[in-house]
Amino acid sequence: MIHRMNGLSRIPVFLFVCILAATMGPVRAFAQDESPIKLGPPAPLKLPTPEHLKLRNGVDVVLMENHKVPLVQIEIMVRGGSSLDPAGKTGLAGMTADMMEEGAGGRNSLEFADAIDFLGGSISSYAGMHSAGVNLFVPLSKLDSAMGLFADMVLRPMFPPAELDRLKNERLTTLIQWHDEPRAIASVLFNKTLYGEGHPYGVATMGDEKSIRSFTVGDLRAFHAKTFTPSNATIIVVGDVNADAVTGLLDRYFGDWRGERPEIPEVNPPPQVSGRDIYLVDKPGAAQSEIRIGRIGVERTTPDYYSTIVMNTILGGSFASRLNQNLRERNGYTYGAGSRFLYRLSAGPFLASAAVQTDVTDKALTEFFNELNAIGRPVSDEELSRARNYVALDYPNSFETISRIAGELAELIMYGLPDDYFNTYVGNVLAVSKEQVLAAANRYIDPSNVAVIVVGDRAKIEAGITALGLGTIHNLSIDDVLGPAPVIDGGK
Amino acid sequence: MKTSLLLLFTIVLFFTAAGFAQLSIPYQDYTLDNGLRVILHEDHTLPSVSVNTWYHVGSGSEKPGRTGFAHLFEHLMFEGSGNVPEGKFDEWLEAAGGNNNGSTNGDRTNYWEDAPSNALELAIFLEADRMGHLLETMSPSKVDGQRDVVKNERRQSYENRPYGMSEILLQENLFPPRHPYHWPTIGSMEDLSAASYDDVVAFFRTYYAPNNASVVIAGDIDPVQTMELVKKWFGPIPAGEPVPPIEAPPAFLASEKRLTMEDKVQLPRLYMCWLTPPAYMPGDAEMDILGGVLTSGKNSRLYKRLVYDMQIAQDVGAYQSSEALGSTFSIIVTAKSGHTLGEIEKVVQEEIDRLKRTPPDSRELARIVNGYESGVLSRLQRIGGFGGKADLLNAYYTKTGNPDYLNEDFSRYTAISPNDITAATRTFLKDDGRVILSVVPEGRRELASPPEGGSK
Repeated sequence: MIHRMNGLSRIPVFLFVCILAATMGPVRAFAQDESPIKLGPPAPLKLPTPEHLKLRNGVDVVLMENHKVPLVQIEIMVRGGSSLDPAGKTGLAGMTADMMEEGAGGRNSLEFADAIDFLGGSISSYAGMHSAGVNLFVPLSKLDSAMGLFADMVLRPMFPPAELDRLKNERLTTLIQWHDEPRAIASVLFNKTLYGEGHPYGVATMGDEKSIRSFTVGDLRAFHAKTFTPSNATIIVVGDVNADAVTGLLDRYFGDWRGERPEIPEVNPPPQVSGRDIYLVDKPGAAQSEIRIGRIGVERTTPDYYSTIVMNTILGGSFASRLNQNLRERNGYTYGAGSRFLYRLSAGPFLASAAVQTDVTDKALTEFFNELNAIGRPVSDEELSRARNYVALDYPNSFETISRIAGELAELIMYGLPDDYFNTYVGNVLAVSKEQVLAAANRYIDPSNVAVIVVGDRAKIEAGITALGLGTIHNLSIDDVLGPAPVIDGGK
Repeated sequence: MKTSLLLLFTIVLFFTAAGFAQLSIPYQDYTLDNGLRVILHEDHTLPSVSVNTWYHVGSGSEKPGRTGFAHLFEHLMFEGSGNVPEGKFDEWLEAAGGNNNGSTNGDRTNYWEDAPSNALELAIFLEADRMGHLLETMSPSKVDGQRDVVKNERRQSYENRPYGMSEILLQENLFPPRHPYHWPTIGSMEDLSAASYDDVVAFFRTYYAPNNASVVIAGDIDPVQTMELVKKWFGPIPAGEPVPPIEAPPAFLASEKRLTMEDKVQLPRLYMCWLTPPAYMPGDAEMDILGGVLTSGKNSRLYKRLVYDMQIAQDVGAYQSSEALGSTFSIIVTAKSGHTLGEIEKVVQEEIDRLKRTPPDSRELARIVNGYESGVLSRLQRIGGFGGKADLLNAYYTKTGNPDYLNEDFSRYTAISPNDITAATRTFLKDDGRVILSVVPEGRRELASPPEGGSK
C-alpha cells in the first residue's frame, strides 16, 4: 500500500527542494518560441490570515485552520537552537533535542515511543540553527490522548544517562560514516571555509568527536531549562481545529508553564570570502567529483529577499535554470546542477553545486564560472518573467499540507514577518525588475571571491583543475576535514 | 463512465465501528476511442491542478543488451516533441508556475505536471504532444545527451554512493537471468552506451500509445471543460498495436545464496532478502506489516534488540518492496564499529524464528496499522507530485483496475491478525530460499557472514 516511490526519478529529488525558483535556458538558442497555448490569468490566491492567540501565562499561539483532512499538527518552537551551543559543546542543542525523545513525564524511552506509536501519531523534537522545538502530528481523533505525551516531552524530559551514552555512540558512528559520504565532506568543509570554526554557521551542528564525548546530563538539563521557557516559545497550530478548542486544550497543558526569557545573542557575519581558493579533498576512486562554489550570502530579512530569489531562480533554482541547462542538458556532465541561498537570521551561504563525472571536473568548473560571470549581465525579459512566474505562481502549493503550512508559519514568526506576508508574497515576487535582478547578482555573486570545494579522485582531477588557474589549490585529506574516524567501543 | 454521488467532496471519510477510517477518492472515468483511459478528480482547495500519466511499461519490458532503456526513454520524453522545441517543455511549464517530473521502475513509467489551474490546457497539451508527436523531433544527438545524463545518474545514485551497488547485485541474484527484475532499472553502462536512435523509435511505437496509458487529471478542474481539452489534444492520437505481454520465467530460490562485496565504506552492512508475493496478492500486506513489526519504531523487534538494547547496529530496516510480477522482502542492518555481520545475523535469525513460533501481540500490529492510517490521511492532503492523489488514483487503476481502491487497500491491513503474521513468516521467510549479502570495507572480508579468511 502506500508503497514508497521506488522508481528512478528524472530530477534529483534533493536538488530544487526548498528553492523557490525558476529558470532560463540558453537565451542564445530559441528565446522567441512561445507556447501555442495562451493562458488566462491565474486564479486569485486568498489565504487565511493567521490567528494570534495567547495562553493564560502569555504564551503566543499562532493558528491556521485547515479542515481538508482530520489531522492536526502542533509545534512548540523556541528561539536559540544550535547558535547557542557553548564553546566546546558544539552539537548540544541537537543532542538536547534528541534526548527529549528518550523518556519524559515518568515514561521511559520505550514506553514513550510505544504510547505515541499506538496512537498512530508522531512526536518529534528538533534543533535548527536558530530554533528548536517539538512537533506533534496526529489524527484529530487522537489529539486528546496525545496532548499529555506532547506536554511531557516539552516540559518534563528525563534525560536518562544510559540513553545519553547510547546517543553519543550513535553520533560518533555517524561521524565515522561521514567519511564515506562525499556530500557530507563537501558540506562540512564549505561551511568551515566560509565562516570559520568559531562561528555557529561554520561548524557541523551535530558536533565533533570531542564535543560529543563531552556532553553530560547536566549540560542537557541546563540547555533545556534555559531555552524551553514560555516567553521564549511560540505554539504553532495547523489543522482541523478552531481557536476556542485550541486555547482550551493548550491552556490545560501549558497554561501553568513558567520560566524566564533567555538572553539570545545576535549572530554576526564574519568577514566575506576574499580571493578565490580551491580546496581539493582526495577521495580515491570516486566516480564523481562533488563541487561546491560559494560565499557568504544574505540574511532572511534583507530588502533584497525577493530580488535574490528571482535572480537565483534564473541562475540555478529550477530545472530550466542556466546552471542545470548548461551542466546537465547541454554538456551531460551531471545528473543535476543548481544554486541556492540559505536565508537565516544572519547571512547564510550562497552556493552553487553539482556532482560531476570525474573526467570532466575541470570542464564543469569552467562552466560553473561561465554562468556565475554571466549572471552579472542583464537577463532577458523572457527569463525574468519566467522566473518570477515560477516562484510566484507555485506559491499556493506551500499551503497544501498542514506540515508545510506550519513551516510557513514558523518562518513568519522566526523572522518577524507581517501577517499580510502570505497574501502579499505573489505581488512582491512579480514586482521584481530586471534592474533589481542585476543589482542582486552583482552584489551577492562575486565569482572572484568565492571558496571552491571539490571532493574527488585527486590523481585524476588535480592536473586539470590546476591548468584552469582559478586560484591556489589546497590539498586536503578526508581526515583533514572531518578529523580521524572516531574509535568507539561497540555494544554494551 | 461512472459518477459518484460524492463527487463534490475532496475525499470521503467516515469511521467504522472499529474506529478505522473509511476512505474514498471520488472520481469519474472515461475511455477515449483510441483506448486512452482518463480519470478525473476534483479538489478545489487550492487553484492548482495535476496531470498525471502512467505508461504501462517499465524496465521489465527491456530486451537483453538494452537494460536501462525504459528509463533513458523517460528522460527523452522531456526533450521536446512535434510542437514543443527542445528545452521548451520545462520553460513553458515553469513560465506558467508549474513543475514536472517522471520516474521509471520495473513495471511502469509515470509523469506528472503540477501547475496553477489556469495552465491546465498547457499541461494537457505538453503531455499529449509527446504522446502523439515525440518522434517528429527526436534525433541521435538528443539520445546522446540524455545518455550522458543517465550515466551520471548511475554514478551519483549507485557507483559513488556508499553501498550503492548492493541493490544491483541483489536483483541479479534474486531473480533468474531472463526475469524482468533480474536487471536494474538504471541499466548497465555498456547497455546505455549501446542504446540507439532506432531503439527509441521502436520503443515509442510499441509502448507509448494511448491504449497503453492512463491519465489522471486532479485538482481545481471543471470535469466537462477538462474532458473537452482532453479530447481536443489526446483524441486525435492514433491507437497503437496491442502491447506484447511480458514473459516472466518463474522466480524461485531453491537454496540459500551467500555473497560478499567489498566497498569503500567504514562499516559493514548485512542484507537478507527473500522473494515474496506480488503487490496486492495474499501475503503482500502481511509482509508489509511484518516489516513494521521488525523495524518500525523503537519497540520493533529488531530495532529494539540490535540498535537499542545490544547497540551492535547503527540502523536497521525491513521492507516489502511490492511489484507486479513478484515482490522482495529485505532486512538491512548496518553494524556498528567493532561488530561483525555474523553477530548481527544471529540476532536477526533468532527474531525471525521467534515470530515463526509465536504470533506478535495485537498491540504490535495496532502500532503499525494506526501509523499507516495517519500516513494515508496525510498523503491525501496532496493533489500532485509523486504519491499525491492523482498519482495514487493512477497507481490503483494500473495495478487493480479500480482507481478508488484506497479503502480496499487499507482494509487489507486492518483485517490481518497476529496469526496471519506468523503464518506468512513461516511461509515466506525460508532459511533455505534466500539471498544473504555482506557488504564489507575493502580488505575486511572477515567481517562478512560467515567470515571469510582475512585480507586478500
